[in-house]
Amino acid sequence: MLAKRAARTADGAPLGIRMRVNPVAKTVLQRLGFGLITLFVVSIIIFSAIAMLPGDFAKATLGQSATPETVAALQHEIGLDRPPIQRYFSWIGKMAQGDFGSSFASRTGYRRTVAEIIAPRLYNTMFLAVMTALVAVPLALGLGILAALYRNSWFDRLVNTVTLTTISFPEFFVAYMLAFLIISRDTFAGTQFAESLPVWLAVSINWTLNVVPKFPTLANINDQTPFWEHVWRAAMPSITLTLVIVAHMMRMTRAAIINMLSSPYIDMARLKGMRPMVIVLRHALPNAWAPIVTVVAFNLAYLIVGVVVVEVVFVYPGVGQLMVDAVKSRDVPVVQACALVFAATYILLNLIADIISIATNPRLLHPR
Amino acid sequence: MKNNSGIAREKGTDLLQVRDLHVEGFSDERWHPIVRGVDLSLKRGEVLGLIGESGAGKSTIGLAAMGYTKPGCRITQGSVLFDGVDLLSMTEARRRRLRGSRIAYVAQSAAAWFNPAHRLLDQTVETAVAHGIASRDKANSDAIDLYRRLQLPEPESIGFRYPHQVSGGQLQRAMTAMAMACRPDLIVFDEPTTALDVTTQVEVLASIRRIVEDFNTAAIYVTHDLAVVAQMADRIMVLRHGQTVEEADTRQMLTAPAQEYTRTLWAVRKLAKPEVQTHDHILSIDNVTAAYAGRVKVLVDVSIKVPRGRTVAVVGESGSGKSTLARVVTGLLPAMSGSISFDAKPLPLSLKERSKDLLRRIQMIYQSPDSALNPRQTVEEIIARPLEFYLGLKGQQRDRRIAELMHMIEMDESFLDRLPGELSGGQKQRICLARALAANPELIICDEVTSALDQIVQEEMLTLLMRLQRELGVSYIFITHDIATVRAIADEVVVMHQGKVVEQGLKTEILTPPHAAYTELLLSSVPEMDPDWLTTLLARRKNQGIASAAG
Repeated sequence: MLAKRAARTADGAPLGIRMRVNPVAKTVLQRLGFGLITLFVVSIIIFSAIAMLPGDFAKATLGQSATPETVAALQHEIGLDRPPIQRYFSWIGKMAQGDFGSSFASRTGYRRTVAEIIAPRLYNTMFLAVMTALVAVPLALGLGILAALYRNSWFDRLVNTVTLTTISFPEFFVAYMLAFLIISRDTFAGTQFAESLPVWLAVSINWTLNVVPKFPTLANINDQTPFWEHVWRAAMPSITLTLVIVAHMMRMTRAAIINMLSSPYIDMARLKGMRPMVIVLRHALPNAWAPIVTVVAFNLAYLIVGVVVVEVVFVYPGVGQLMVDAVKSRDVPVVQACALVFAATYILLNLIADIISIATNPRLLHPR
Repeated sequence: MKNNSGIAREKGTDLLQVRDLHVEGFSDERWHPIVRGVDLSLKRGEVLGLIGESGAGKSTIGLAAMGYTKPGCRITQGSVLFDGVDLLSMTEARRRRLRGSRIAYVAQSAAAWFNPAHRLLDQTVETAVAHGIASRDKANSDAIDLYRRLQLPEPESIGFRYPHQVSGGQLQRAMTAMAMACRPDLIVFDEPTTALDVTTQVEVLASIRRIVEDFNTAAIYVTHDLAVVAQMADRIMVLRHGQTVEEADTRQMLTAPAQEYTRTLWAVRKLAKPEVQTHDHILSIDNVTAAYAGRVKVLVDVSIKVPRGRTVAVVGESGSGKSTLARVVTGLLPAMSGSISFDAKPLPLSLKERSKDLLRRIQMIYQSPDSALNPRQTVEEIIARPLEFYLGLKGQQRDRRIAELMHMIEMDESFLDRLPGELSGGQKQRICLARALAANPELIICDEVTSALDQIVQEEMLTLLMRLQRELGVSYIFITHDIATVRAIADEVVVMHQGKVVEQGLKTEILTPPHAAYTELLLSSVPEMDPDWLTTLLARRKNQGIASAAG
């Protein structure tokens, strides 16, 4: 309102600038605000859900033979005897100041903060996620664009079939199949199956298997692992995750572009004599970003919050495993912190997707 | 284009020859013929008008002249010789080199045919740069020159705008500039002014005509409006059901059409109704002002009286507030101030405060029956709904009433179990009418109900509406931008401009001079069948210095 009043008295130019900047900034701030509100609501849900879990830390730690007095003493020590609402506000208050609290595993004189427990695990998870995203996103976009360009050709069908197959299997199955492939590299020659095949076939299969690099099937790393060693060891989980997420992103890219290809302005581009590749890249893709980015954000969020199964298969020390362990030992502060980090990741990535959608929409970016 | 200077323009050699063209389209699991054996030829610098109803195949022929078919269509037979080479048998790569550079296209709705993601200038020069005809800099300065020739405002900077930032008329001219960028030998204009207001249309027609003449470009001008094609074309070809009905020079076609079908094409223009004056008003709108949430006012201090059992036509260009007026009367958009009285009693401004019976008495029919009818409901369900909702009719009573309504709108009862998708445009609009009539309304608001229909279907619809008015005594508010329709049905006319009522009164008073300035502009912009109309009009406006509405 204020801006409008000011603009009316000013000349044309400042009005134009104001109109151009304001709506986008406003929308972004609005989304950011919604994100924070969502995060707050999620924190309540996380807290209540965990409070409702059966069993508690004291009983789980002390075992069944513990007397009620020792249980009560431990509960008092870690603050479990306070009412839930009080516990929630003290937790969320500290969280807002960046204090993640202490793990229940802390003892007097030996404080283990949640932050120091989560930090290295989160780094590992981010490492794996970024490494996978750097391969999977360009791969998915590229394949999607090519599939849209050569739609209904054998290439399109092949890509669709392969990606559909990889997405149809549960991720642990894909993981084990890959591990099996690596193991077969060394053992195939000696198997009964290989002996039952004609020699030439067995030899060529063996040769093919040996072309595959000998990726480690156990991704055991620690904070001393050098960078490239880390990449090498994380290769198997990364390939597995790539296979799982490429299909979704690739299919959305293809569908979004093909959807655009029926627009009149694509007919116009054809009537202007543009080459098919130019039509897809210059005329269809810029209008198709919004749905693609949404799906990419969804899959990147999955890379951080949904990879626990793959971590377990390859014994990769990420946040997912940490959270499962913390749930088992009823280490509530760690569970809550993990859940909140996951929620924040989701909200942040979706926020970025929204902003990109706005930035690629000239109607919003350049209002009349 | 036309011979305006009095000296016959020299027409060149043969440029385009289409022989025995057959095109098919795929729908409902099979191929249907769209174009069935059409021949046409065009000389350099000549303009051929293709005219016909929707479905006549005129746009398809226009595209086929570029060797192009829309997805889902195919050319099955014939040849398209462009400058002596068959477009249909050459490789796709060679066709691509011709398109945009030697044959260009201007589409009906520029808003949809411009890519929303790129600036106008980038799109204008794209072909010239991609085909290596000009450097980017040279193409840019040429585009600005073309913008200037086409009388676009701020030619130096308008190219930096995105399509949604300029008006429809400007966009249509920018598209013409885009087509002209490589100075093609042939441009296909596909209804380039159909989506525009008449006042804007004049400007765009004049711009197109001038630039095509300047560069001696041959053109195929596709339209359904005979008066428009009369201004633009040297020769006219009438099409129906994918076949040529007749072909002749423009003047000959207008003065002596050989075929009966050609004569029926402008039948609606002869439909006229004597007006009746009455002082018994069913609806009176007093000093109403309305706005959409927090925006500028769309209606300012509007007062209109609707006589009982008569028709008030509300005319004006897009953005004049006609449709907002309909929303205010129906209560969908409650007025900010002012009052409305219906049948001598005050009418609550908001829909939510009106009784079911009040809602029943005012009904509405929309421009596009496709979006007004639920595609998953049968005709019977659609008509039965108001019968059950307003009148509580059930069983036999209901069925009898449905049969009556179908009889009223002159449709067979066999249509009752059809879905809207299985009906033609005119039939769908009749179903909308039946649904409105089912409520036994006293006032029906018709918002551009005939604009999407072909001339002949329009005439039938208008005749039906008039008959129903005589028989049922229902009053109409008829919103339209078409003056011919006003002549055909109105008793009183309200002229609106920028949310205000410019003039209102009996039809003859409004339509005969002297007019208010805006009414004059509006009426004089309606194309007439006279091929010299545009030339005369432009000359007259230049002399009088009438401010022209910027496109």
